[in-house]
Amino acid sequence: MIDLLICYDVNTETSAGRKRLRRVAKVCVAHGQRVQNSVFEVSVNDVQLLALRDQLLREMDPSEDSVRIYRLRQPRDKFVEAFGRDGYRDLSAPLIL
Amino acid sequence: MRTLLNTLYVQTQGSYLRLENDNVRVDVEGARVAMLPLHHLDGVVVFGNVLISPYLIQRLGREHKPVTWLTESGRFTARTETPMSGNVLLRVAQHAASGDPARTLAVARYIAAGKLQNQKAALLRSARDAAEADQPILREAARDVNGQIGCLPLAGTVDEVRGIEGTAARAYFGAFSHTLRVNRDFFWLGERTRRPARDPINAVLNYAYTLLAGDCAGACQQVGLDPQVGFLHALRPGRASLALDLMEELRAVIADRAVITLINRSQLTPRDFILHAGGSVTISEDGRRTLIKHLQERKQETVKHSLTGRDTPLGLIAHVQARLLAQHLRGDRPHYPPYLHR
Repeated sequence: MIDLLICYDVNTETSAGRKRLRRVAKVCVAHGQRVQNSVFEVSVNDVQLLALRDQLLREMDPSEDSVRIYRLRQPRDKFVEAFGRDGYRDLSAPLIL
Repeated sequence: MRTLLNTLYVQTQGSYLRLENDNVRVDVEGARVAMLPLHHLDGVVVFGNVLISPYLIQRLGREHKPVTWLTESGRFTARTETPMSGNVLLRVAQHAASGDPARTLAVARYIAAGKLQNQKAALLRSARDAAEADQPILREAARDVNGQIGCLPLAGTVDEVRGIEGTAARAYFGAFSHTLRVNRDFFWLGERTRRPARDPINAVLNYAYTLLAGDCAGACQQVGLDPQVGFLHALRPGRASLALDLMEELRAVIADRAVITLINRSQLTPRDFILHAGGSVTISEDGRRTLIKHLQERKQETVKHSLTGRDTPLGLIAHVQARLLAQHLRGDRPHYPPYLHR
């Protein structure tokens, strides 16, 4: 599994831009966890990464928006410090609700 | 190593699971408690009154992720059959292994080794808390059990493994009463008796084992193993031999420990037992409730699994072991690694 940090800036001045924002957010939600308003932590395998990148490129407008994908170093808890309200959940640990 | 457990367990009564944007959304009392991307899950297990939307069931089915329904207390009720489940190959592998004396012997030997090791650890643990007069007796019994572990590699047939296990069980249960500190004149284990139990300890042990066996059968079903085809236990109609096999490593850790704790804390007292004419003993309804509550709480406690190194709730150890056994039967593991309690 590859751990990624995805953040985006979508120009929301026009209604087409607001639509793009919703669709870009939706692609990210489908693949990972929302950690801040436009920041996602995602853990995917190689194939899923290709699909994710492809979908993001299809939804965004390269002349107006910006999407950045960072690779997180593993193990995550050693290299990621989070403060304040944090709803992150380790999805490889046993999930019992 | 491959991730062992990314199954979603939902035991909060009244939760609602639904599909939302390729995520499983879990709501409790109308409030969202989790959004879990589907690609992190290989199945969903729900206990008791948990609602799942039909769209989520269908989506999980299409992606070969089974949904398992257990009762609130963990007894198996139903499981979805996905279009292409590994079940048939796993079951064929299981049946082939059970028909092969060498492989059956190997699995039975590892199960017995795990059981004896945990019995020994339990005795030594009790010896630390016991009164001074009882300590040497418990240590002596632990030594006897340990001696039997050494005999296991010499066993040439499953019957011999059962014999070694029986010898160790006699040593273990012979010293069992010495782990108790209160009400000693009432709680005294002579020998193991079942159907009917002849003394209070047997009555409460039998009941705890029944609950535990149900959990283990649920674990087998959830992984896709046939709970009736066992290795250490002989095949018999209606008997969940594999569930009983899986239970062997957990008896001393979960059931016996619970009984000892409850008696020593005086939560189970002579008043919780009914003595019948003819010498049989049963546990009263209040006593049962005490035991079930304690076992459920105990299941939430996390232990570090000896093989995966992960913090795992005690209640999920049976599931982990069933999965490890499945990996062995499929040929992904050279041998079945039993659960060794610290």
